[in-house]
Amino acid sequence: MWRFLGRRFVQMLITLLLFQAVTYFLIDAQPGDIADLLTLDPNIPPAERERLRAQLGLDRPPVERFITYIGNFYRGNLGVSFQEYPRPVIDIIKERLPRTVVLFLTASILSFWTGFVTGKILAWRRGGWIEYTSTITGVTLYTVFTPWFALMMIWLFAVALNWLPAGKFLDPLKWLDAPISANAVFARMIWSSFFALVIVFVGFWFSNRVPRRQRLVLRAASLLVPLVGMLLYWRLSGLGFYAWDIARHLILPVATVTLIAYGGTMLLTRTSMLETLREDYVLTARAKGLPDKVVRDKHVARNALLPVWTGLVFSLGNSVSGGIITETIFSWPGIGLTLLNSALVADIPVAMGTLTVVGVMTLISHLIADIGYAFLDPRIRYH
Amino acid sequence: MAEAIATTEHVYVPLWRVRLSLFWKSLRTNWAMFSENPIGLIGLGVILFFALFALAHPILMNTIWEPRVYDPISGYDMEIPFHPSPPSARHLLGTDPLGRDILSQLMYSTRYEFALGILSAVVTVVIATTIGAVSAYYGGIIDTILMRLADLVIMVPFLPILIVLSALTEVGMIELALVIGLLSGFGGTTIIIKSQALTIKVKPFIEAARVAGGSDFHIIFRHMIPNLLPISLLYMMFVVTGAIFSEAVLSYFGLTTIQMSWGIMINTTQLFGYLLRFDTWYLLIPASLAITLLCAAFYLVGRALDEVVNPRLRKR
Repeated sequence: MWRFLGRRFVQMLITLLLFQAVTYFLIDAQPGDIADLLTLDPNIPPAERERLRAQLGLDRPPVERFITYIGNFYRGNLGVSFQEYPRPVIDIIKERLPRTVVLFLTASILSFWTGFVTGKILAWRRGGWIEYTSTITGVTLYTVFTPWFALMMIWLFAVALNWLPAGKFLDPLKWLDAPISANAVFARMIWSSFFALVIVFVGFWFSNRVPRRQRLVLRAASLLVPLVGMLLYWRLSGLGFYAWDIARHLILPVATVTLIAYGGTMLLTRTSMLETLREDYVLTARAKGLPDKVVRDKHVARNALLPVWTGLVFSLGNSVSGGIITETIFSWPGIGLTLLNSALVADIPVAMGTLTVVGVMTLISHLIADIGYAFLDPRIRYH
Repeated sequence: MAEAIATTEHVYVPLWRVRLSLFWKSLRTNWAMFSENPIGLIGLGVILFFALFALAHPILMNTIWEPRVYDPISGYDMEIPFHPSPPSARHLLGTDPLGRDILSQLMYSTRYEFALGILSAVVTVVIATTIGAVSAYYGGIIDTILMRLADLVIMVPFLPILIVLSALTEVGMIELALVIGLLSGFGGTTIIIKSQALTIKVKPFIEAARVAGGSDFHIIFRHMIPNLLPISLLYMMFVVTGAIFSEAVLSYFGLTTIQMSWGIMINTTQLFGYLLRFDTWYLLIPASLAITLLCAAFYLVGRALDEVVNPRLRKR
């Protein structure tokens, strides 16, 4: 296993280098550079323009520049943004990445869970209007033009019903006399929900290993303890008001991404379940007289999980691609919106940095997918 | 090979006629399987509807629509004092903020969406089928290089790259179709087609062709690729969906130099600030619905074709 991981890590590094080279030269091949943009004023003499180009290192050949860039990159220096001039790119990414990850991790886990449970039930109950409505809903959600769907969600919940804010990360008016910055509040939100989730997960994990009578009590406790803890924590720290403002802005984008991903997961689970149902061991399990629920959950669903797992992990890796659409429409300042904005103004260091982050996320998600296979399917072993 | 085949009645039938009748027969059996599935038929119906929709535009422009008023790009209706105007007898779907007829724009764009989707799908299929067949046939170092390339291309995030490219250069319909075709042709589609080509490579008829003295080129292009075409056709459908979707997203962000498309229509709506108003629904909904419907239609046809050409799902 460790040898596999080590070799895999080397492969990932090589792929990442190739990916960086491809994107770097692709962007570099575009006509015009930042010096042209900075010296749009015709009164600037040509000599001064050349001096600026030399200062920015743009007069050297592309290969040399690329090697310098890569050298700096692996020493943790991603350059400075052109658009927000002296601000380092790494700073921008550190600020924006958690926002994207939180948005898409929440949405992916929600859609995966709901899609898997409903897909499982739908495969079991074939025929009739349930199958048709669910297939139509699934295909509609899967193929709907995402920007339009997001706009309709905003229109319904933010404009017509006025329940939720229409976009952005927070409401600036509420933050005028905030004691700490929004990023600090957001970091605390991430950590507190992480601990709460760990408690819930451990509680449920243990509850499957205790006698039936205690199971319900344990599950209720593992849900209530983190909930009360969270409420107390935000109440006592006095930041609850600000955390709630960010959370309110998070609801609508999360719901949109969840619904869009839900359709795909549900359809995939259903197809995968239907294929597994034809296996002989399912017939055996039924012939043994096992209850339907056991056959469905323990024999079929467990084996049907494999393609769905692939889908989940790949959707996490691709979340930045999809994130561009959602983040732009909801003005959610994450990696996707940063990439779009930097590309629009030819802010190449930021565009390169965000693209690399996207590549790293994809690579990591592919690795997680492969490790997950070994857990889900005992026949798969890595050496 | 003989130019004609003798039948039992000793009547010579030209080879092309035998091939045609075989083709016709397989088409009929496949159609019978395809038409069992209502989902595929719905998809095909929607595609046909849009095809007719696209064909109707030049006819309407030449007969009842006056070009000065109804031209999708430069038309302007002076008889209506305020634009955008809601649907009326003159403009069945209203006019956009620049006074152009929305129905005309919608119909005019349809043909470009088809052209874009089909061009990128053809590029994908040509590349993916050739690479898949070559890589499965030769194996070894060629296979390794091509498959690692495919892994790299899969890793390239599709939309971000398109956005960066189109933000920095001028991207029109054809460039966009080519880039989409190349990216999906070298990426995921290749790997699927190669796995299919591996199962064909070990079939007896390939062995027979090699024994008969067929060159590598002959075996790949005359024996392997024709057998890969059904599965390529299936993936064409999914590429079309992806291409139309990507074009719409890029045009919506205003990154393409395309003059008129469904994405541009939504972009215009956004530019003039009519996006989140329900009283001007006719600006947003027709174009969005058209994108969704056409994408869904190709996706549904793909799913139905999957059951015909995919041996794993076939019921027989």
